[in-house]
Amino acid sequence: MADVIALTYEISPDDFTRAGEASSDVKSKLKQVGVSPAAIRKVAIAMYEGEINMVIHAEGGKITVEISPTEIKMILADKGPGIPDIDRAMQAGWSTAPDEVRSLGFGAGMGLPNMKKYTDEMNIETTLGVGTTITMIVKL
Amino acid sequence: MTVKDVMNVLGARVLVGEEHLDREVRSACGSDMMSDVLAFSKDHSVLLTGLCNPQVIRTAEMLDIVCIIFVRGKKPDETILEMAKERELVVLETGHRMFSSCGMLYAAGLHGGAI
Repeated sequence: MADVIALTYEISPDDFTRAGEASSDVKSKLKQVGVSPAAIRKVAIAMYEGEINMVIHAEGGKITVEISPTEIKMILADKGPGIPDIDRAMQAGWSTAPDEVRSLGFGAGMGLPNMKKYTDEMNIETTLGVGTTITMIVKL
Repeated sequence: MTVKDVMNVLGARVLVGEEHLDREVRSACGSDMMSDVLAFSKDHSVLLTGLCNPQVIRTAEMLDIVCIIFVRGKKPDETILEMAKERELVVLETGHRMFSSCGMLYAAGLHGGAI
């Protein structure tokens, strides 16, 4: 497995019931190529939170996953409103999600903190009105 | 304990996954907020929830949850049950409320795992 495998997913907005399909696909592909269950779990949780965020806050976007022998890199790019205050967004419990999202079981203010918790590196680039790109790395 | 033990403690009914009742259960997590479940759930967990939508199944999938228990008599629809089948999850249903269900399992020796 010397080569890098790259997977790309378009995340569609509006359809909350389908949110998570990309993460589900990545999880089964990682299993196929023999990545350890512990690493798969981290990638699955972090990417799923990111995918849900894209649907809730950013009207969808694009996720690229690069699998190399040493690490799994996830790049989540959206053209959403951007994050006005990253420090606050990183605080457990802080959320700007509307009530209807909360009634669906999300918007607890744990998305970004969870993404950080389950990855070895996380970088957020955001511009108000332009979009957000989050890069996360799980080392193998 | 096993999924079957959990079922007996709660007097729960199996909706999906009757063939997997001998699976080992080591801890449990009870919440209607899936983000909290994603933050705190441990290995070999059961998930108790009153939330009834496809994201419950996906959350369970991401965490390799052993068994989902719908509390307060919540009835998942066919789409949800079909998703659970595809992922080889066990789905149970009990009329007990969340607090009571958690208490019964805790008293029977199932804990939430270290913080």
